[in-house]
Amino acid sequence: MATPVAAVEVKEPTPRRLPQRVLPGFGLTLGYTMVYLSLIVLIPLSAVFFRSLGSGWGHFWDVVTAPRVVASLRLSFGASLTAALINVIFGFMVAWVLVRYSFPFKRLVDAMVDLPFALPTAVAGIALTALYAPNGWLGIWLKSFGISVAFTPLGIVVALTFIGLPFVVRTLQPVLEDLDREVEQAAATLGASALQAFARVILPALWPALLTGFALAFARAVGEYGSVIFIAGNMPMKSEIAPLLIVTKLEQYDYAGATAIAVVMLVLSFALMFGINALQNWALSRHGGR
Amino acid sequence: MAAAEARIDVRRAAPGRLLLIAAALLFLGLFLVLPLLAVFVQALAKGVSAYVAAISDPMAWAAVKLTLTVAAIAVPFNLVFGVAAAWAIAKFEFRGKNTLITLIDLPFAVSPVIAGLIFILLFGSHGWFGGYLKAHHIRVVFAVPGIVLATIFVTFPFIARELIPVMQAQGKDDEESALSLGATGWQTFWRVTLPNIRWGLMYGVLLCNARAMGEFGAVSVVSGHVRGLTNTMPLHVEILYNEYNYTAAFAVASLLALLALLTLVGKSFLEWRQPELKHAARLAHDRTRREKT
Repeated sequence: MATPVAAVEVKEPTPRRLPQRVLPGFGLTLGYTMVYLSLIVLIPLSAVFFRSLGSGWGHFWDVVTAPRVVASLRLSFGASLTAALINVIFGFMVAWVLVRYSFPFKRLVDAMVDLPFALPTAVAGIALTALYAPNGWLGIWLKSFGISVAFTPLGIVVALTFIGLPFVVRTLQPVLEDLDREVEQAAATLGASALQAFARVILPALWPALLTGFALAFARAVGEYGSVIFIAGNMPMKSEIAPLLIVTKLEQYDYAGATAIAVVMLVLSFALMFGINALQNWALSRHGGR
Repeated sequence: MAAAEARIDVRRAAPGRLLLIAAALLFLGLFLVLPLLAVFVQALAKGVSAYVAAISDPMAWAAVKLTLTVAAIAVPFNLVFGVAAAWAIAKFEFRGKNTLITLIDLPFAVSPVIAGLIFILLFGSHGWFGGYLKAHHIRVVFAVPGIVLATIFVTFPFIARELIPVMQAQGKDDEESALSLGATGWQTFWRVTLPNIRWGLMYGVLLCNARAMGEFGAVSVVSGHVRGLTNTMPLHVEILYNEYNYTAAFAVASLLALLALLTLVGKSFLEWRQPELKHAARLAHDRTRREKT
C-alpha cells in the first residue's frame, strides 16, 4: 500500500499520492458513496445505539439479563456455533470432493451448492419443516428412532446448517485449487502416509480459509430469522431465538426492549466481522508473502 | 489440468475416494435437493388445478406485483451505488479505503430483523422522524416505502462487493488510454469501463435481485402485513402457511424456488463466461500475483 515516495507532507486532502490522478470522477464517486452509505446504513444503524442510550443503562441491563433474553441469546449463539461446526466438517468434504475428484454431474452439484444463497429463507423454512415434521419424509423415519427435529432446538440447527452451507465450501474451494499438489506428492515420496500428508501439509495451508468460512457461516446463522421461525416451535426459554424475541418485543410496542437485544447482537456480530477481516488480511499477507 | 486430474483419479481409485464422494453427495442431497423437492411436491400435492388456483389468487398476484416493484426500485439504487463505490475504490488510492470496504459490508453482519427495526426507530410513530411524517401524512413504516428501504439496506453490499474486485483486476490502463486519446470521462465510462465490467455487473445484479425478492426478516418487521397492500411474496407464503393453507403456501413458495433455480442457472452462465467471478476475491489477488512475476 504505502509507496516510498508518499512521505511528502501535504496538508490538503486532495493530491496525496504522487502519481497524478489521470482518471476523473474520484470526488463524485467517493462523495456519492459516502453520502449513500451514511444515509442508508450508518445513520439508521446509529439510531439503534442512540435509542438504547436514551432509555438508560439500568433499563438496558435489566432487559439484557432477563432470563428469557439470556436463554434466547444462548440458543442463537449455541445453535449457530453447532451449525457452523457441522458446515466446517461437511463443507470441507464437499469442497474437497468438488476440487479433487471427478464424477458425473459434478458441474450441477457445484452449482447447487449456492442454493441456500438463492432460495428465499421463508421457502427454506417451510420446506425443512415439511421434511422434518413428525409426519414428514424424514421426520417419520427419525421418529422411529425417537428423534424429533421439527419444533425443537435440533430443528434450529438443521435450518442454520442449510443457511450456512455455501460459506465454507466457497471459501475453501479457491484455496484448495491453489494448493500445490507437488507438495503433497513430495510428502508422499518422502514416506509420509496419506493421513500424515493431510495433517502436516494440507491442513496447515487450509486452516485460515476454514476459519473464515466458519466465521461467515456463524455470523450469518446468528442473525437468521426466516428459515428458523417455521421449524423452531418458538417456545420461550426453549426454542426461541434472539431475532424472534426482537420481533415479539416490537409487536408488544416494547421498543426499548427490542433495541437493547439488538444492540447486544450488533456488538457481538461486529466484533465477529472485524475478526474475520483481520483474519483475512493476515492470511492474504501470509499467502502473498510466499 | 484434465490430464493431471485423470492421473490422480487412477492413482487414488481407492474405496476411500468413493466413500468421500458418496458422503458429500448424501449430505448435499439431504440438505439441498430434498428441501427443494419438497417445495414442488407439496405445491402439487392436491393436483395441478389446486396449484393453478393458488397462484392465480388475486392476493397472490398482489404479492407478486409488490415483490417485483420493490426489487425494481431497490436493485437500481444499489447498482448506481455499487458502480460509484467500485470506481472510487478500484481506480484510486486514498486513506481509509479498507475501512470503507468494511463499512460497505456492514449490512451483511446485521440480522435482517435488526435491519427492519432500525427503520421503525427512525420512521415509526415514536421514531426520530415519526412526528414530522405524521404531520405531513406520509407513511414510511408499515407501507411500501419502508419495505423498499429495508430491502435496499439488506441488499446494500451485493453489487459493490462483486464489482470492486472485478474493477481492481481490470486496472486503469484501458481508461487512461481512452482519456489520452481524447475521450471525455463519461465516454470512457460508457465505452470502455462498462463493457469491461459487464459480466461482473450482471453477476452482482443477479445476486442482489435474488436477495431483494426473497428477503423475509427485514421486510416482515416493517411491512405491517396488510394483505394485498404490503405483502411481498415471502410474507404471503408465511401468512398462508400460518393459516394451515399448505398447498397455497407451497404453491407461492414454488414460484420463489423457481426464481432461485433461475438465479443459479444465470449465475452458472456468467461464471462460464468469466470463470474468475466465482471466487471474486481472487480476481484482484491473481492480478497482483501476475504483476509480481
